[in-house]
Amino acid sequence: MMHHIDVSRVLRGAVCELYSNLVTRPTGAAVRTAIELLLAERNPPTITTIDFSHVNLLDFSCADEIVAKLLLRHVDADLDDRYVCFRGMREDHLDAVEAVLEHRALALVWDRDGWPELLGHVDADERRHWDVVRAGGPVWAPSVARTLGNTTADAELRLTQLWRRRLLMRQDNGFVVPRGASGVAA
Amino acid sequence: MTTVINIPPSLDEQSFEQVIEQLAPLPPDQKVLFDARHARWSSPYGLTALLCAAQSRTERATFAVPEHPDTVSYWARTGFFRHAADLFELHGHVPRQREGHDSDVLLEITPVTQSDDVHTVVGRIQHKAADILHGQLHLETAATMGFGMTLSEACQNIVEHAGQGGWVAVQTYSFRRRLGRRVVVIAVCDAGVGFRQSLESSPGHARDDRWGDSRALESAVVHAVSRFRHGDAGRGQGLAGIRRYVSRWDGKLSVRSGTARIALVPSWDEDEPMRERLPAFPGAQVQIMIPERLAGDPAPAARARSGARVGDRSEEREK
Repeated sequence: MMHHIDVSRVLRGAVCELYSNLVTRPTGAAVRTAIELLLAERNPPTITTIDFSHVNLLDFSCADEIVAKLLLRHVDADLDDRYVCFRGMREDHLDAVEAVLEHRALALVWDRDGWPELLGHVDADERRHWDVVRAGGPVWAPSVARTLGNTTADAELRLTQLWRRRLLMRQDNGFVVPRGASGVAA
Repeated sequence: MTTVINIPPSLDEQSFEQVIEQLAPLPPDQKVLFDARHARWSSPYGLTALLCAAQSRTERATFAVPEHPDTVSYWARTGFFRHAADLFELHGHVPRQREGHDSDVLLEITPVTQSDDVHTVVGRIQHKAADILHGQLHLETAATMGFGMTLSEACQNIVEHAGQGGWVAVQTYSFRRRLGRRVVVIAVCDAGVGFRQSLESSPGHARDDRWGDSRALESAVVHAVSRFRHGDAGRGQGLAGIRRYVSRWDGKLSVRSGTARIALVPSWDEDEPMRERLPAFPGAQVQIMIPERLAGDPAPAARARSGARVGDRSEEREK
């Protein structure tokens, strides 16, 4: 099931109707808590798009509180079928988000003009495997291994690693890149 | 007996050291008079640091206002006297402040005590920042949002670390002496506990023989160490982000705390990266200076995105 969360609406609802900027840690923590409550209301399997389109300014503190801590809790969430992806991040948002992801060795999937991209801390091997899945998914490890010229065991290891990081979904017919809804706010 | 502290005619980050030199030997309850009668100009750093100097005194200080009408009028438009009246006993003629009449004042001197103040500060400068950074200083649009982030993070240092309120101001002016260009300057000053004491309050803090103000500044500004790092690995990124922004736009960052001062020095300046054994001054004083861009300047370094490799999208889509 796909869901969509408009971060600016969460900001106005959870913190202050008058705020349009995601700045300061307390603000970031309040927004993340509100997003977590929304995510918890939905039964897995879910793909939720966290949409920054209407966010004006995002500072490092808020990027860390909202994006990094949300991912940390998601990755730790004992692998139930919940995925988050991101959209609407402008160049200046990406500066802050990328800095906090690198700092915490995290990565995310974001929708860049309708096309999924990886952002953050990903090694070259992980990226090669993810790229193959993005281009041809759903696919299983043997097919990825053939494309990359490595062993099935190695491909299985990498794909599972990416799945555990919630950068890939494992479906009945193979691994795919999580792609969310781009519609109106939920 | 009252000790007179002479305010230099041109008060900026460098010349404010003369004020500190005069203040440092005095006990906090010594009655002092800040004599600014002959002052002609001040940077936002000078004005906000003067307010911190007043905060650092237990005995209310006296302040003799500048005599030159242009100077006193400009200081009034920055909001200086509005806050100074709460901290000093003012002597001399202070004109009534007319709000919002100076295009060089991007943000009047504004107190920062709590997180809400940071929202106010960032919200206030946004429209004007775009006009001035892009329109007057010819910086790319990307600089405007980064400027807001930088301002936000600098102000949050007060809220999270100072232990008491501080001040922020943003102005543009012509920096002829070293650069011959216009600059936009953020000054964020407080008279709180300072970097060393803040880091010492961390449960994981390990002190060694070399520990002091300069090491504390180096830890926070260069190595992104925060007192909250012990329980939250994500802390300390604010100053690192400020550093990146300043480097990208060929700017200058300097931070003074206690008896030391650290600076990220661009090629157009000849400042010392680290100064130690300065006369003591409480709290932390931060200055961020971003210069105007002129035709022919090299383009700012594009940020390499870790997750997006240019050129692979159309190829992938065609498969």
